[in-house]
Amino acid sequence: MNTAAYASRKRKDKIIKALCYAAAIFGVGWLCLILYTLLANGLAGLGPHVFTQMTPPPGAHDGGLLNAIVGSLIMTGIGVGIGTPIGLFAGTWLAEYGRHSQLTNVIRFVNDILLSAPSIIIGLFIYGAIVVPMGGFSGFAGAIALAVIVIPVVVRTTEDMLLLVPVQLREAASALGLPRAYVITRIAYKAARSGLITGILLATARVAGETAPLLFTALSNQFWSLNLGGTMANLPVTINNFVNNPDPNWKQLAWTGALLITVSVLTLNILARTLGAERKPK
Amino acid sequence: MSDMAIDTPRAAAEPAFDRAKALAAFKLGDATFYWLTRASAILVLLLLGGIIISLIIGAWPAMRTFGFEFLWTQRWAPSAHPAPVLGALGPIYGTILTSLIAMAIAVPVGLGIAIFLTELCPPVLKQPIAIAVELLAGIPSIIYGMWGFFVLGPFLADRFEPAVVSAFENIPILNTLFAGPASNLSLFNASLVLSIMILPFITAISRDVFATVPPVLKEAAYGVGCTTWEVVKNVVLPYTRVGVIGGVMLALGRALGETMAVTFIIGNSFRISSSLFAPGTTISAAIASEFAESDGVHQSALILLGLLLFVLTFCVLSAARLMLRRLEKKAGA
Repeated sequence: MNTAAYASRKRKDKIIKALCYAAAIFGVGWLCLILYTLLANGLAGLGPHVFTQMTPPPGAHDGGLLNAIVGSLIMTGIGVGIGTPIGLFAGTWLAEYGRHSQLTNVIRFVNDILLSAPSIIIGLFIYGAIVVPMGGFSGFAGAIALAVIVIPVVVRTTEDMLLLVPVQLREAASALGLPRAYVITRIAYKAARSGLITGILLATARVAGETAPLLFTALSNQFWSLNLGGTMANLPVTINNFVNNPDPNWKQLAWTGALLITVSVLTLNILARTLGAERKPK
Repeated sequence: MSDMAIDTPRAAAEPAFDRAKALAAFKLGDATFYWLTRASAILVLLLLGGIIISLIIGAWPAMRTFGFEFLWTQRWAPSAHPAPVLGALGPIYGTILTSLIAMAIAVPVGLGIAIFLTELCPPVLKQPIAIAVELLAGIPSIIYGMWGFFVLGPFLADRFEPAVVSAFENIPILNTLFAGPASNLSLFNASLVLSIMILPFITAISRDVFATVPPVLKEAAYGVGCTTWEVVKNVVLPYTRVGVIGGVMLALGRALGETMAVTFIIGNSFRISSSLFAPGTTISAAIASEFAESDGVHQSALILLGLLLFVLTFCVLSAARLMLRRLEKKAGA
């Protein structure tokens, strides 16, 4: 027996294993490092004033992020509100009606492209399609840009989840004489409910922190504004504007805002994952 | 067909139930739902068409002004006289270079984590580590930008870069590639942050495709005395090659289009520098930092940059999807 060859194979295996452990530590390490930085810098500025006061002018010593938080909530809400039904219906068509159609393959492919398309391209598209014709930046344009990002995410998860629903359930309902639309809405949607909610939560998490498509659609502003026709304050762009400023008060608010966004996005992600995991073992 | 149900006395006693009406309502609901879903599905197609058309319309003036020279002109001078001189070479170079460096770092590490998760990890830790890595994908990109700007940048500039520069000082090619002065804003800094951002995509997809390897194949290899690494190298990786490459391309698509993180830390310089430690720019960073204050042909040129980026990512993403679909078919068969 050639013991030297054995030893070298074993050594190689050990080295590679060690490298794999190192890679895992590397990956988890970054997450911890980023979260630590956010907590260390963001917590210092966290207080009730963040949620009750408007973004301050430069040089001020107080101020919060109220208008930006509200603006973000409104735009995310409208974006998800518009994108979800469209995505849900499109995903339904792909999984239920068009399962064997050639068009389905094309739409699925296009949807996958949209799913990973750079978000700044979506911003440029909405700028050309809505901002220019409407004559100015607006919260409405920002919300539509977010909806365009939501749609492919919801389409994908809806289709995947509906395909998991056993065909027998549909056949049983059809045998009772229920029309197709009712089979889908009353039976298939119910069976896939937690999966569909997971998709919507993931889509919300995806757009909640999006900055690039808002830069030249909603822009941002310093004031309280609920008018969707004009520029609208929002958290990501506010952070973007504050962080590059030497004003320490602005910088502190940017860190606090970053902490808020990250915590809410990660919470949504974890919520979606636990909901999604509940289904699998069954 | 005669309606027997209506003729029975019980049904006659409840004339409120009109069977024909109920059937008509069913039919209407059914048809409405069908067309609603179909229209939504078509809308997805129209969205892609709309994006392409709106980009082409927006980019048209710049295409007419600069022609193909746009692709290999390095100078970017929006306010030059008499006419602005704009070229895409700097951003294209930066986009491709940062993405390639990011891939060079993220692919081995991402595969390493996937191998760790499928072959080595104790079952208790499997789920937490997988979730932790996937949460990296959930962090908004502007957070990566801030972190890269305030934490990673200074660390690289103060500690890492001077050490590398002095270490490679006397080696011919490396001393131009890694030349000082150290800076918070650099191509290398951007590449490193990009690599962290795309890591979860590579890990998640590799882990999924590794799971498609039939256990009996692995068991057979272990049975003839293979070490873990030999099983991975000779059984798992060849079996999943197409899927892994698909996942890598998907990650590349992300890296090419990543905007906010890169905008913060790349320095926005249109000059092409031979050193990785020098500032540069990417297509998306150029758009993000200049678009809001641009007009006329300058704005059109930025949209043209966007169109180029879209074409680039479109090609990479379609290749990735086709590969992944091929694997899906194989798994299904």
